[in-house]
Amino acid sequence: MSIWEYANPKRFIAVSDRVVPWLSWLAAVLLVVGLGWGFFFVPRAENFEYSVKIIYVHVPSAMMAINIWVMMLVASLVWLIRRHHVSALAARAAAGVGLVMTVMALFTGAVWGQPMWGTWWAWDPRLTSFLILFLFYLGYLALWAAVEDPDAAADLTSVLCLVGSVFAVLSRYAVNFWNQGLHQGATLSLDAEENIADVYWFPLLVCLAGFVVLFLALVFVRTTTEIRLRRVAALQRREAMA
Amino acid sequence: MIALLRRDLMLAVRAGGGFGLGLAFFLIVVVLVPFGVGPETELLRRIAPGILWVAALLSALLTLDRIFALDWEDGSLALLATSPLPMEGVALVKAAAHWLTTGLPLTLAGPVLGVLLSLDPAVVPVLLASLAIGTPALSVIGAFGAAVTVGLRRGGLLLSLLVLPLYVPTLIFGAEAVRLSAEGQGAGTALLLLGGVTLGTCALLPFAAAAVLRINLRSSA
Repeated sequence: MSIWEYANPKRFIAVSDRVVPWLSWLAAVLLVVGLGWGFFFVPRAENFEYSVKIIYVHVPSAMMAINIWVMMLVASLVWLIRRHHVSALAARAAAGVGLVMTVMALFTGAVWGQPMWGTWWAWDPRLTSFLILFLFYLGYLALWAAVEDPDAAADLTSVLCLVGSVFAVLSRYAVNFWNQGLHQGATLSLDAEENIADVYWFPLLVCLAGFVVLFLALVFVRTTTEIRLRRVAALQRREAMA
Repeated sequence: MIALLRRDLMLAVRAGGGFGLGLAFFLIVVVLVPFGVGPETELLRRIAPGILWVAALLSALLTLDRIFALDWEDGSLALLATSPLPMEGVALVKAAAHWLTTGLPLTLAGPVLGVLLSLDPAVVPVLLASLAIGTPALSVIGAFGAAVTVGLRRGGLLLSLLVLPLYVPTLIFGAEAVRLSAEGQGAGTALLLLGGVTLGTCALLPFAAAAVLRINLRSSA
């Protein structure tokens, strides 16, 4: 039994239908526990007042935004190499979630930055690279929407995802270089393991787990939806032919 | 390859449009900026490197869809695909032709338009160098974008959405080189990194462009 067995759309849907309720409930529980813990039972940090609590949304969404792109990259490679349709559709399904995660990370970051830095937006390297990542997601989804032939769309978006990944990494370092001369005082330090007390860290872990499980559930649902949409389209074409 | 390059150049020059259009657009953007931000010399001098680079980038963008669109419509791209020349070579030649008709004139016009923005004459060599090194990357990346969108009926807008984020590293290193030298620091690192971007894109992106061209040709056939 290899993992490729699940590339069969029918089997994928069967598995998905079985795990989605579990994943959804698990995500709900984790998020309620994590966010509730973070919002209500964590002491206020010095200097940060209540705004510290936004990290329970900001950090997981930012992490997911990046990791979802990596997952799309893997799915695109699987599509290009092994031609499993489920893989291409999963990449498309994930991209929508990734776009939302990017917007959430940017938005919560702005909300946090306003009281902390005194500005909604600064051209800090991290912020800028996230904005660029957002543009990549937009372009990727726009290309999916623009190409009519489904297989060609999958091919083109997969190649775009590969090229985009290289350029996303390149941009990240280019942006670092670019901002060197600007001396932005405030730099986001998100390497939480080192800089954060356990009181804040454990609820954050629960939130991270919640976001991951939520993402899995959403990708399963959205991928099966895409598969079913394809089937409907195929059936309609058959009707039209008959 | 040479023959194809010559053909593309001839077409670009004789058919008009693309050749002068990019340059004219470059001029207009640069002329419009002082209207937008005000005519103070100091301010203009400070933002001149960035304006020149952004304007060059937009002018390159304007002519991108012509790289493959005409050959796609009249079917010569399909002929080229069956020719002994590999698609990667076709993509590279097309990008080179685009650079010769757009990037090179932009590079040469850069210093002249720099005068309009009261660019410091001392940085003109760096500006020339950065444009000369950076614009090939714009053409190659653009050729990839044009290859992706060639099969779409209204691909122009999508093309800019796809290509502009890819232009970020080139723009950063190019404009940064000029800015650093305007501030009296060495521009060498930025120029080297810019050269790295250009060489890397020239080496790798023709393969991606050829791959998407094949996909597009297959799905249209």
